[in-house]
Order: sequence, then C-alpha cells, then structure tokens
Amino acid sequence: MDIFGIPLQAFLGQLLLGLVNGAFYAMLSLGLAVIFGLLGVVNFAHGALYMLGAFVAWILFDQFGIGYWYALVLSPLAVGVVGVIIERLFLKRLYKLDPIYGLLLTFGLALIIEGVFREMYGTSGQAYSVPETLSGATNLGFMVLPNYRAWVVFASLAVCIGTWFLIERTRLGAYLRAGTENAALVQTFGINVPLMVMLTYGAGAALAGLAGVLAAPIILVNPTMGSNLIIVVFAVVVIGGMGSIMGSILTGLGLGIVEGLTRVFYPEASGVVVFVVMVIVLMFRPAGLFGKEA
Amino acid sequence: MKFNALAAAMALGFAACASAQDTGPVKIGFITDMSSLYADIDGPAGGEMVKWAAQDFGGKVLGPNIEVVTADHQNKADVASSKAREWIDKDGLSMLIGGTNSGTSLAMAKVAEEKKKPFISIGAGSARLTNDACSPYTVHYAYDTVSLAKVAGNALIKSGNKNWFFLTADYAFGYSLEGDASNVVKSNGGTVAGAVRHPLNASDFSSFLLQAQSSKAQVLALANAGGDFTNAMKAAKEFGINKTMKIAGLLVFINDVHSLGLSNTEGLQLADSWYWNQDDASRAFAKRFFDKYKRMPSSVQAADYSAALTYLKAVKIAGTTDGEKVMETLKKTKIDDFYNKGSIRADGRMMHDMYLYEVKSAKESTMPWDYYKLIAKVPAEQAFTSVAESKCALLKK
Repeated sequence: MDIFGIPLQAFLGQLLLGLVNGAFYAMLSLGLAVIFGLLGVVNFAHGALYMLGAFVAWILFDQFGIGYWYALVLSPLAVGVVGVIIERLFLKRLYKLDPIYGLLLTFGLALIIEGVFREMYGTSGQAYSVPETLSGATNLGFMVLPNYRAWVVFASLAVCIGTWFLIERTRLGAYLRAGTENAALVQTFGINVPLMVMLTYGAGAALAGLAGVLAAPIILVNPTMGSNLIIVVFAVVVIGGMGSIMGSILTGLGLGIVEGLTRVFYPEASGVVVFVVMVIVLMFRPAGLFGKEA
Repeated sequence: MKFNALAAAMALGFAACASAQDTGPVKIGFITDMSSLYADIDGPAGGEMVKWAAQDFGGKVLGPNIEVVTADHQNKADVASSKAREWIDKDGLSMLIGGTNSGTSLAMAKVAEEKKKPFISIGAGSARLTNDACSPYTVHYAYDTVSLAKVAGNALIKSGNKNWFFLTADYAFGYSLEGDASNVVKSNGGTVAGAVRHPLNASDFSSFLLQAQSSKAQVLALANAGGDFTNAMKAAKEFGINKTMKIAGLLVFINDVHSLGLSNTEGLQLADSWYWNQDDASRAFAKRFFDKYKRMPSSVQAADYSAALTYLKAVKIAGTTDGEKVMETLKKTKIDDFYNKGSIRADGRMMHDMYLYEVKSAKESTMPWDYYKLIAKVPAEQAFTSVAESKCALLKK
C-alpha cells in the first residue's frame, strides 16, 4: 500500500521521526508559553538556555565523568538557577514596561551566552554519547528506531503532560493562572506573586535545559544549536496561540510531523514549512489555533 | 573637545580615502563565515592567518603598512557581496579573500570582476568559480568540488561501490559537489540511485537518512560540510545506516573528525589539499597555530596563509596593486610553500596535488590530532577539471 507514492512503511517511519522532533518543539514551546503566560515576557533566551542545558550535560561528563542520568537532573537544575538569576537581576525590572523591552533584553542575553560558548568551545560541536542502557535500536517492523529516540518521545510527553496537569489541575496552578489574570488581586490574598514569578521563569528555563540534555546525544552539542531552533519554536508558539499550554504542546507535536512529512515530499521546503503554516494560521486565526480571540 | 576628536577622525577618514590608489597601502579584505557552522574550519582563525602572512612578509609592501580587514558574511551571498563592494568603493581595498561557502564566493567573484580587483577564494568548494563562472580576477586556491569528487569518488568506485545515493546541502556548493561526483560515478560505470536535498544548517538528518536507506544504494555520499556533515554522520551511526551502506564524506575537514571522534569516523576516506602532519614545515606552522588556538589548523586555514603570502609576493614583483597587473604576475608565479606546490592556471585554478587520506582507528592514532594516514597523492592534472572538460573561455585562448 502506498500513500502519495510513498510505501506505507516508510510513511509510518517518517511520521514517527517527525514526532521525535515535535517532542522537542513541544517541550520548548511549552516553556515559552508558560513564561509568556505568567510574566508576559517573550523569552528570546530560550534557545540559549536549551543550548546551555546540553553544554552542562557535556561538561559534566567531559570534566567530571558524571553520566547522562545524573545530568538529566543536574543540568536542568543548573539552567533553572541561571533562569532565576536572570529573572532577579534583569527581568524583574522590566515588568512595568512594554513587552518589547523583555524581548530585547532576552535576545541580547541569548547573543551573549551564545557568544561566550562560541569563544570557549568553537562552532564545530562536541560529541555526547547515547547512554549505555538506551543504545541500540528496536525493529518496529516498519522501521528500525534507535531506543534513544523512543525515550525522547516518552520523556518529553511525560514532562509536557505533567506540566499541563500542574498548571491546569492543581491548586498551585490555579494561583499561577490567577496571577496571570490579575497579579495585584492575587497578592492581596497573601500569595507571594514575585516569588511565584521568579520560580516560573526558573522552571521554564529548566524545561529548556532538560530539552537540551535530551537533545545532546542526538546532535552535536554546539553553541548555535539554540539559535537554530528558537525561531522555529517561536513560530510554533505563534501558531498554537501565545500563552496556551495545551495548545503549544499539541502544536509542537503536530508541526514536528508536518515538517517530517515535508522532508519526504519536498525536502527543500522542510526549513520553511513551519513558517508557511504560521502565515496561513495568522491570516485566518490571528490569535493562534488554541488562543482566545481578543 | 569631543567635536575636535570627531573632526580629526573625519579628516583621517578623508585622508584614507584620498590615498587609496594603486601604490598602497595594500589592504586585504577577508570575508568568511565567522560565527556559524563553518566558523571553526575557517572563521576568525582564518582571518588571523591572513594577518600572520602579512606580518611574516614584513608587514609592508610598496610603502605603508599592510592592512587586513575581516567581516562575517553569515552565509548570505548578499551580505558578502555588499561588504566587498563597500570595502572596494569606500575603503580602497586592494584584494579580497573569500572564505567558506560557495554561494558567497560566487557573489564576491562578480563584484571583484566588475571592480577589477583580485579575488582569491579559499574555503568555497564550487568548481564553477573556475569553470562556467570563471573570471580573469578569480583565483580558486585550495580545493574544489571536482577534485573532491575525483579523488574521493574514484577511490570508492574502484573498490566496487558503484551504486550511489546523495544527501546534498541545498545550495550552490551542494549542487556542484553532487553534480561533479555524479559525473565521476557515471563515467566509471556506476549509477546514481537518487538524491535528497536538505536545507543548510539542518539539525535533524534522521528523516533524510531513512530515505537514503530505502534507496538500497551501496554508497551514501554526503555532499555537505561542517556541522551538516557531522550531524549527518552522527545520525547515520545512531540509525545503523553505516552497517548497510558505505558512507562517503565528500568534503571532510579535520575539525569534523575531531568533533565526531575516531570511533565515529574510523576508516572514512576523504580528499583534502593539506594535512598538518604531512611534513616538517607543515608541522611547524601547525604548532604555531596550536599554541594560539589549542587545535590544529584545517587545510583552509593553511591555504588562507599561503594565499595571502602568494598575493603579497605578486604585488612586490608587479610593483603595483593594480588588479590586472597583479593577476598577470600571479598567473606567472610558481607557488612553493609549506601548504602546497603549484601554479595558477589561466582560468584561476591553483593547480596543486590533492591527497586521499583515511581516518585512523583509535589504536593507530598515537597522539592528539593524529587522525589521517595518506593513501594516495593525486597529481593536479588528474585531480582538477581538465582543460578539455572546462567551459571557461579564459582557458580556450
């Protein structure tokens, strides 16, 4: 059986690979959506934080011999701390200003972080090995899937759903959402909104760091890996609707698949297809697929 | 005070413009990818090599000090050509050196031809620079896609790998390399099963690799470079493609091998114009480079140095920076330094020997950066486009 001239097996394989990439888009756009939702900051440093996560994992192994599974916890923590510092030192001063200031600040920070790593490690990238327990591949019948890629999809879906649950279904999440609507009012109920905001940015940063660790064994750890990805991820957020948690998860996965299929049918366009979708969505639903129309 | 300083600066600026004539100061412009996927292969260190060449030459030719200016083209042809134009028009540039990326070199070659300034392309691969896009002002110094295809491709075909599939970077360089390698494959009785084009600086290659695998070809030829090459190699290993297909890197730099590690590259055959460990003079240059950058120079960085020195020698002999006269001298001068021996043909092709290397296994490698063993030395006439194959009018006179 063929689908558009592609054998079904190959088609399924490509769908799955699209899903793997979509998992990264989902995790990154989720962090962006959470940060935008609560802080109103368009976090352009997200790609740099993702790169930082991968580099911390690589440095932990290269310098200290600390392996993947520890890095999976330590690296997001470290990136989360960096996030907290960024929020306390810089972003906190900008909340009363136009969102463009937050965007410019985080963009500048991203350039600085990337530049420092480029200066220290060059651009050709560092190889980070797949952990022993996840090496090898499984034959699914229609394709041979490296075990590590399967793990990436599983781990990122678990994280995404966990985050969604935390924000949409728990008391803490209710505070967060209330803070988004009216911070001053929530504050009068005795909830420490500035602390909440700080931790949210830290958590968003940690999510980016986690995505970086997950990506490290797949691609070469490289100072530009974040800036290569961040523009696509922003398109994902715009398509999903700024600030919509579930929207960003579903859009991330969906666009991963769309991009994956483009790689089969018209590979030359695979670098731009996400932006084409973005233009079309903006024309018909300016608030994004899952966003509330103002 | 401030106003005075400004006025002085402006006056100096005008003075610099006024003195921009054929008699110097010699001003060399160097435009390359300074920050993206090709920046380690060439990049800021490549610019430094041009400066080293100027220093080693004595810092002066035809009077005042030699100036070297550098810029980042960000892999965009329009950025490269407008910077080149600006330097030539406003700053009295004497010559231009183009680093990595064929698209940018093809664009700069046009500007240099229009302005009658020597242009030496180093890191760019596209053999079109000295073929259908040749110009009397272009020199193509290090390698090109034809020589990569002939040197690396021939070796593979002769060992029985006849059916090829290409994974190609979707821009000028990738097309040239795929086309030139296809010609080599076909003229040796091989077949090309197909090709898939990926965007420059793609991060995930798994999808493209799966398509390559389903072609059932014997050889997966990677017609890309730098970060694209290394990511494709890494994914090929992850998906076990290297077990079912022979992977051929058509353009591999030592930095790529270093990034991937010998475990990922062992046994890979590659064509290059220079290797740091090939003789004493090269080792001396490499040591000097290593002391500053803590890594070994690529062939492109060695060629940056050699090309700048060759140009300066030509200016000294010609006694002028006039583009036409310098080009005439360049094409008459024998080049013989640690980088390579050769001469520049009428079409601008620097004719020198090319080398086929094989990546050592971890066991064979005795020290850091000891990566290659020499398999064959291919004479210039066999490595590059022959006069008969070329469409360049400059060769037909």
